[in-house]
Amino acid sequence: MNSKQISSPQTHNRQSTAKIMQLVLMATLPGALILSYQFGWGVLLNLFISTLTCIVTEAMVLKLRNRSINTHLGDYSAVVTAVLLGLALPPLVPWWVVVTAATFSILIAKQLYGGLGSNPFNPAMVGYVVVLVSFPIEMTTWVTPISLLPQGINHPGLWDSCMIVFAGSVPIDGVTGATPLDLFKHSKGLMVEQIYNNNRLFSNASFAGVGWEWANVAFLIGGLALLKARIFTWHGPIGMLGSLTLMSILFWDAGSSTSPGSPVMHLFSGASMLGAFFIVTDPVSSATSNRGRLIYGALIGLLIYIIRAWGSYPDAVAFAVLLGNFAAPFIDNYTLPRTYGHRQRHRATAKEIDK
Amino acid sequence: MRHLWETPGGVHLSDNKAQSQTMSIGQVPLPKMLVLPLNSAFGETAKASVRVGDRVLKGQKIADIQGKLSVAVHASSSGIVSSIEPRTIAHPSGLPTPCIEITTDGEDRWIESTTYPHYQHIDPSKLCDIISQAGIVGMGGAGFPSAVKLAIDGEKSVDTLIINATECEPFITADDMLIRERAAEIVRGIDVINCALGKPKTILIGIENNKPEAIKALQEHCNGTHIEVVSIPTKYPSGGEKQLIYILTGKELPSGALPMNIGMVCLNIATVFAIKRAVIDGQPLISRVTTITGQACDINRNYEVLIGTSVEHLLELNEFNRERCSRLIVGGPMMGFTLSTTNVSVTKTSACILAVSHQEMPDSSPPQPCIRCGLCAEACPASLLPQQLYWYAKAENHERLQAHHLFDCIECGACSYVCPSKIPLVQHYRTSKGDILTARAEKAMAFKARERFEFRAIRLDKIDHQRESKRESRKLFSNNAAQQRVSGKPPLTASAEDIIKAAQLRIQTKQISPEKQKAKLERTLIAAQMRLEEAEQRLADVLDSGTLDQQTQHKATLEGAKQKVDKTQQRLAKINLQ
Repeated sequence: MNSKQISSPQTHNRQSTAKIMQLVLMATLPGALILSYQFGWGVLLNLFISTLTCIVTEAMVLKLRNRSINTHLGDYSAVVTAVLLGLALPPLVPWWVVVTAATFSILIAKQLYGGLGSNPFNPAMVGYVVVLVSFPIEMTTWVTPISLLPQGINHPGLWDSCMIVFAGSVPIDGVTGATPLDLFKHSKGLMVEQIYNNNRLFSNASFAGVGWEWANVAFLIGGLALLKARIFTWHGPIGMLGSLTLMSILFWDAGSSTSPGSPVMHLFSGASMLGAFFIVTDPVSSATSNRGRLIYGALIGLLIYIIRAWGSYPDAVAFAVLLGNFAAPFIDNYTLPRTYGHRQRHRATAKEIDK
Repeated sequence: MRHLWETPGGVHLSDNKAQSQTMSIGQVPLPKMLVLPLNSAFGETAKASVRVGDRVLKGQKIADIQGKLSVAVHASSSGIVSSIEPRTIAHPSGLPTPCIEITTDGEDRWIESTTYPHYQHIDPSKLCDIISQAGIVGMGGAGFPSAVKLAIDGEKSVDTLIINATECEPFITADDMLIRERAAEIVRGIDVINCALGKPKTILIGIENNKPEAIKALQEHCNGTHIEVVSIPTKYPSGGEKQLIYILTGKELPSGALPMNIGMVCLNIATVFAIKRAVIDGQPLISRVTTITGQACDINRNYEVLIGTSVEHLLELNEFNRERCSRLIVGGPMMGFTLSTTNVSVTKTSACILAVSHQEMPDSSPPQPCIRCGLCAEACPASLLPQQLYWYAKAENHERLQAHHLFDCIECGACSYVCPSKIPLVQHYRTSKGDILTARAEKAMAFKARERFEFRAIRLDKIDHQRESKRESRKLFSNNAAQQRVSGKPPLTASAEDIIKAAQLRIQTKQISPEKQKAKLERTLIAAQMRLEEAEQRLADVLDSGTLDQQTQHKATLEGAKQKVDKTQQRLAKINLQ
C-alpha cells in the first residue's frame, strides 16, 4: 500500500503525449507515400537525414541539460518535427541543407527555449525558413512529378539520389522543374486559362496541379483521421482553409491576367493541407482556446494568400505560421471562453472580475 | 419528459459499480472503539459536552454546536468516553483533529428521543433546529451543515428543490443501494424538506441513467406526489451541484453565488435519508451507507457503518490485502483523497473506501511537459482553460489566474484525467487557490495595520501639538512676569487700566503697515487657491478609483481649502475697505 498522499484525481485515461505524437506520425504516412511516388527517392532521403539529425541533436542537448534522454526522446516530438521538416524540404536538396534546418529546428527553436512545450515558434517551420532565406537556390529547385518527366527519363534511383544529395552530382535535365505556385508567380500578364493551357503541370492535372494535388489530398485524409481521433479540434484547420478559400474567391477576378489563381489551386497546391492539418494544429505554438485557434488559423490562411499573391515567395506556409506564432499570445488574451456562472467572456488582462 | 440541458466538457468513465452491488447493504459488527471527530468542514470545531469516563448512550449528543457552521456530534453506540484528544481523521490534510473516543459496551442501547411523525404541523424554523441538532451535514462529500441550507429567512423563497442522486463517481454505489432498499423513507424525507422549505413549486431528483433499479424504486414511491424523478445521461461530473442545476433547469449558478441566491436548494439523497431519520424517527446522524470496494478487498459491498468506525475494522471485514493494494482512497477515484494509514475512522462524508489494486490504478508516472493540446479544455465542465491556468499557476501569476477564473474551478479532476502528459493539474490549482487566499488575507491585514499606524501617527501629532502650545503659553507668561519684575512694577499692584494699555501698546508695536498686510494676504490667497485646485484634482482622481475612506478624506481637505480661501478673501476685503 502506498503511504504517500496523492492528489486527486487518482486515475488517468490511457492517452499519452507519445501516443499522440505516434498518431500524428502515422497520419503523415499517406502524404509521405504519395510525395515519394510523385517525386522519387529524394523525399525519403530528406526524411531519413532530417530524422537522424533531429534525434542526435535532441539527445545531445538533453545530455547537456542533464535530462533523461530516454523519457524525452520517447515522447516522439523530435521525430514529428523531423518528419514535418523532411516533408516540407524539396527532394534531392543537398544533405547539409537538411542537416542545417534540422539542427536549427531542434537546437535553437526548441531546446534553447526549454524543450517540448516551451517553444513559442513551430520548430520545423523555423528550420525551414532559416534554410529558405539562407540557401534560396537549393530551396527553390523542385523535382518534376513522375507523370511529367520527359520520355525516357526517370527519377534518379536510390544510388543516384544519394550521389546527388551527398556528393553533389547534378541531376539530369528535366528531373527538376517548377511547382504550380512557382508557375503562377512567374506567369504575370497571362490569363489563368492561358497558363493552364501552356503548362502540362496544369493541363494534365485532375483538378489542381500534377503531383501536388494528390499529395495534398493525402495530407487532407491524414488530417481528417487525426480530427476523427480527436487529436485536435476543427478550429485551426478550418480557420486556415476557410480564410485561404475566401481570399482566393475574393481575388479570383474571373481568371484575368492579374488573378493569383483559383481557390482549388490554392487549397491543393504547395503545403496547404500539410500546413492546415499538421503545422497550424501544432498545439504548443498556436493559440489556446477554440475561438483563439479559429482566429489563429484564419490569420495564417490570410497571410499565406497575401504572400502567395503579392509577396516574393511562391509558397508561404512557413512564414505565415511563424507570424501566426507571434500573434498567438496576443490572440489568447482576447479569446477566453465564457466560464460557467459568468454572464460574459472576459479578457485575460482583466484586473477586476465581476463577483 | 423534462427538457435536459447539456453541460460542456465532462468525461465518460468506466463505472466499476457492479462489483459492490452483488449484495444488499450489510451490517458491520460493533467495533470496540469509535472515534468521532469534532471538526466541521466549514465552521468551528464542536464543543465536547462529555468528559472522559462518562457513560454515553447511542444517539446521545456528546458535542455541541459552536457557531453557525459547526456540527453537533452524537455517540454512535453506547459505552464509555475513553479519551478526548486530537487524532488523525479521514481528511485530505492528514492532520490531527480533536476527537472523542468511545469504548463501546456492546449493548448498543439507544437514548430516549423525541420523534416528530407529524412534521407537517411543525414550524419550518423548528424543523431546521431539529435537523441542526441531529448533526446532519451534506453527505455527498462537502459536508456543509444541512440546516443552514434549509434555513430560509423571510426575504428569500425557494421555488426549486433538487435532490442529487447522480452518484457520478465510479466505484461508489452507496446512494444507489440506499435508494434501492429505502426509497420509501427517502421520499418521506423529501416531504420533510418540502415542509421545511415552505413547499417549493418544483422538486426534482436528478439521477444518472446507469442506475435503472434505483430510478424504478424512486418512481414507484414518487407516484402521486409532485416529485419528479429525472434520469440524466451518465457523464462525469454531472453530480457537481452547479452542473446538476444546469442539466435540470438550464440555469447557471452565478460565480460565487449559492443555489439559495437563485431560489434553489440542492441536497444529496443520503442527506435526505438522514433528515427523515432525524425528524420522523428521532435518530441523529450516527451512521451512513459506505461502499467498501476495489480489487484489494476480496469482498466488495455496501455497509451501514457507524460514524467513528475505524477503516481498519471495515477493511478486515472485507478481507483486505495490503500487498495487493496500490492506494487506499476515501471517496471516488476522481475527487477522493488517499489515506496514509488505515487507523482512521469513517466520517459523515465518507461515501466510499476504495482499496484499489496495482492493476486498477498503477503508480503514476512522472508528469511530462504540457504541450497545450487542449484536451483538458475540451473536458472542463466549467469552460475554463486548464492549460493556461497551469502555466499561470507555475508562474504564480495571481492576477492572470483570477482573470482566467481559477476560483470557478470545481476541482472535478476531468482535466487531469484526460491530460496526456499526466500533469496533476488539480493539485496546482489547489495550491494556487491557497496562495491567493493567503495573499488576500495578508493584504487585508496589512491594510488594517496601515490604518492603525496612520491613526496613531495623527494622534501622537495632536498630543505633541497640544504640549507645544501649552509650553508656548507658559513661556509667554513667565517672560511677561520677568519683564514686569525688571520694569519694577509688581504685577499684583498694576491696575486693570495699566495692563490694557500695555497690551495695546504691544499690539501696536507688533502691527505691520496695512500695505504689507495686504501683500501678505494676497500671497496667502494665491497659495490657498492653488491648494484648492490641487484638492479638487485629487478628489476627482479618488472618486474614480479610490476607496470610500480616501474619498471622504479628500472631500474634507477640499472643504478646508475652500474655507481658507473664503476667509482670506474676507480679510482682504476688510483691509481694502480700510
